[in-house]
Amino acid sequence: MSMTNPSDGGRFGEFGGIYVPETLVPACQELDIAFREAWADPDFRAELHRLLTDYAGRPSPVTVCDNLSEELGCQVLLKREDLNHTGSHKINNVLGQALLAKRMGKTSLVAETGAGQHGVATATAAALFDMDCVVYMGSVDIDRQELNVFRMKLLGTEVRAAESGSRTLKDAVNEAMRHWVAVVESTHYCLGSVMGPHPYPWMVREFHRVIGDEAREQCQRLLGGDPDVIVACVGGGSNAAGIFSGFADSDAELIGAEPAGGAAVGRAVPGIVHGSFSYLMQDEWGQVLEAQSISAGLDYPGIGPEHAHLAATGRARYEPVTDAEVVEAFKLLSRTEGIIPALESAHGLAWISREREQLAGKTVLLNLSGRGDKDVAQMMDILG
Amino acid sequence: MTGALETALRTRREAGGKSLVPYLTGGLGDDWLETIQAVADAGADAIEIGVPFSDPVMDGPVIQLANDKALASGATPLSILDRVRRADIGVPTAVMTYGNIAYRMGWERFANTLADGGVSGCILPDIPLEETGEWVDAADAAGVETVMLAAPTAPDDRLPLICERSRGFVYAVGLLGITGVRAELADSAKVIAGRVKAVTDKPVLVGVGIGTPEQAVQACEVTDGVVVGSAIVQRMLDGTGPEGVAALVSEFRAALDG
Repeated sequence: MSMTNPSDGGRFGEFGGIYVPETLVPACQELDIAFREAWADPDFRAELHRLLTDYAGRPSPVTVCDNLSEELGCQVLLKREDLNHTGSHKINNVLGQALLAKRMGKTSLVAETGAGQHGVATATAAALFDMDCVVYMGSVDIDRQELNVFRMKLLGTEVRAAESGSRTLKDAVNEAMRHWVAVVESTHYCLGSVMGPHPYPWMVREFHRVIGDEAREQCQRLLGGDPDVIVACVGGGSNAAGIFSGFADSDAELIGAEPAGGAAVGRAVPGIVHGSFSYLMQDEWGQVLEAQSISAGLDYPGIGPEHAHLAATGRARYEPVTDAEVVEAFKLLSRTEGIIPALESAHGLAWISREREQLAGKTVLLNLSGRGDKDVAQMMDILG
Repeated sequence: MTGALETALRTRREAGGKSLVPYLTGGLGDDWLETIQAVADAGADAIEIGVPFSDPVMDGPVIQLANDKALASGATPLSILDRVRRADIGVPTAVMTYGNIAYRMGWERFANTLADGGVSGCILPDIPLEETGEWVDAADAAGVETVMLAAPTAPDDRLPLICERSRGFVYAVGLLGITGVRAELADSAKVIAGRVKAVTDKPVLVGVGIGTPEQAVQACEVTDGVVVGSAIVQRMLDGTGPEGVAALVSEFRAALDG
């Protein structure tokens, strides 16, 4: 199977939809039409390609990790999204959405952020396109990611603390949606993952498809074929959707690494929050539970609806990894390859490292979605 | 068939009056049910009962806080509905909550639980027209009136579809934004109320941003009535007791009857 377009109602199988307050429905429908037109417009595609190349530094390389491969007993390759401008894959989606927002005549952006990577990317695009920008961030995350908060401010963005609920990514999404309801006519909601109401899960995946498309070609060159296994970390699931979309029609096994404390697919209970019907951590009454993860970027109780569909159909598997395993993986990649990964991306490596015996002799492509500079202060505390 | 909610609001309109529908958060404090009864006695035509949800994206700080407090004290959808079922409130009620609360219980079971509890209507603000399918089938079958929202952003061709699907009344969202008290009535309130009134004979109530009796009166120059939420819930949070909340409702009633 391949990762195709959703139905007109924005469904991947039974998952997805457009569960937003009435005020936002016309904006989502307008965005759907605008995205379809832009994505079919060669001029838009060319302009985005130019930005991704000349501004963001694409294509990102694929690195064959000899030292790590020797240590783990399987051949590990990294798709180096950490080398993009702003330090993660997030810039792909943000440049696409900002360009689209301009085309739609919007003058402002609003976004949510967890670890701050999407917030920094959005702030960057806002600076580049001369747009006003407000980013909501949980106050817990503001404390553990102060460097990214400073970056956003430096880029001219207003960072607002989300003080409700768990004060992490989930609550930042709530606040961003509340903000958007009031300013929907002038403002584009630059959502940072493959979640939310239609067309976001689809549009954000399409903007990240470049990761998978590049990697497929690069693997042909390096391996003479597709890798056996593709691994990516999953919170909402944007980097995973991007790399999976390049390989969904191949024979490669697709693995999403979820934080054990935020394993929406692992619990496999469907629900409705933040605009879509998908798997969701919740109690018996439907109250959304708070995720618990070492990584602010994956500290989210839901998952994008297309991932729920990939899980339900068996095309991809989603595996939980613990914070302790992630810390070890963070150290492992730093020590063996001289690459400090984002804590989010270290989830994928943690799975590879744990499953090394069953992966023996296989080729494994890990999407290294971001670099770890932002996490160094937190790791100093953890590792003493 | 016209339900109890729509009947009550039509009756008020036919008598030349304006409808007042206060919103109160279920499970908030020990005396929330007594407060609902006091509010009914103070002249409410119907009452919206909020069933708290962890992530109320349509709600501002006051109702968020009320939700959090009610949840922290252990309120659940069933504990709230069970107490409503055993109470004699005297006016029609409608539950306002979010889609996942109903979905998790099961669309049918939720609709039947409302009907068994004597609740006339239901408002699920994150279930727009595009996603009403399974819910309204269950609600219609159980005789629960599903109130739809009409927002200022709706294009002209969308409003008749919303009104067609709405039962009980049509909830005209008074402004671009979330629930909460504002200093002035937004200009958009009368505009959306007028646009909705032009395409339906069903009762049209304006809610979101109606925080004072004066604002209620202004909105009712165009519309059939108002929903008042945050101002009422603030009184509940302030701990004024059933009498204090009822006193505020009496002020709204007197102003509308002016």
